[in-house]
Amino acid sequence: MARALINLPKTAKAGAVIEIKTLISHPMETGYRPGQDGRLIPRNIITEFVCSYDGEEVFRAELSPASAANPYLTFTTVATKTGTLRFTWTGDNGFSQTEEVGITVG
Amino acid sequence: MTIRATNGARLHRRTILAGGAGLLTVALVRPGAAAIIRPSREATVEAIRRFTGGATVQAGRIHLDMPPLVENGNTVPLAITVESPMSETDFVRRIAVFNDKNPQPHVVTLHLGPRAGRAAINTRIRLADSQTITAIAEMRDGTFWSATADAIVTLAACVEGS
Repeated sequence: MARALINLPKTAKAGAVIEIKTLISHPMETGYRPGQDGRLIPRNIITEFVCSYDGEEVFRAELSPASAANPYLTFTTVATKTGTLRFTWTGDNGFSQTEEVGITVG
Repeated sequence: MTIRATNGARLHRRTILAGGAGLLTVALVRPGAAAIIRPSREATVEAIRRFTGGATVQAGRIHLDMPPLVENGNTVPLAITVESPMSETDFVRRIAVFNDKNPQPHVVTLHLGPRAGRAAINTRIRLADSQTITAIAEMRDGTFWSATADAIVTLAACVEGS
């Protein structure tokens, strides 16, 4: 499991726009870099990030090797109701990780 | 003083200096309307065409914030904002970012919707060389808007060994 950091407010007023910050530890190996033996290190990147709010997709990013290592993304969403935000990262070599964070909307 | 070029032509020092001064002027006089899309290489143009489907791209409504001078191309902060009410009827569908010097032209594609509330995204990217970054936003009404930002990179990413 890669270390994932997710930052969003625990509580929000209904209809408020909240900012979500995410970061996951991943080398994002580009496939263009030579290793110790002089051969290219094969590509190993996260290709997609999805954030869904109570099952509904609210944000998605398609990443390429031009993303920096430990992909960092911040975005916003409207706090509609109390529920769960699910964050999923998928990538090369079968990489897949899902995290869930709850939010209370009052 | 003359310098003998490989093809045997004699280049005068004054000519070379004048040429250098010309280049310098070009480098210093950057167009004020930096939002005009001007990707130089074919792969980037093709990637943009694939994203827009050949639609016209207008300058404006999108803002790119990137440091103009980058010491380490391995991690460059990039902030994108789009002027949009993000309502049910008028919102940003997609934002794509392209470069013109990395091995691949595509940087990131972001899918948004009315649930986003605001069109403001931050991320960190790699730059393999000093270059121009182009961001294009697709609105719900099918129009495309773009902005560009230039960065001078001291330490290149991607191709450096470990």
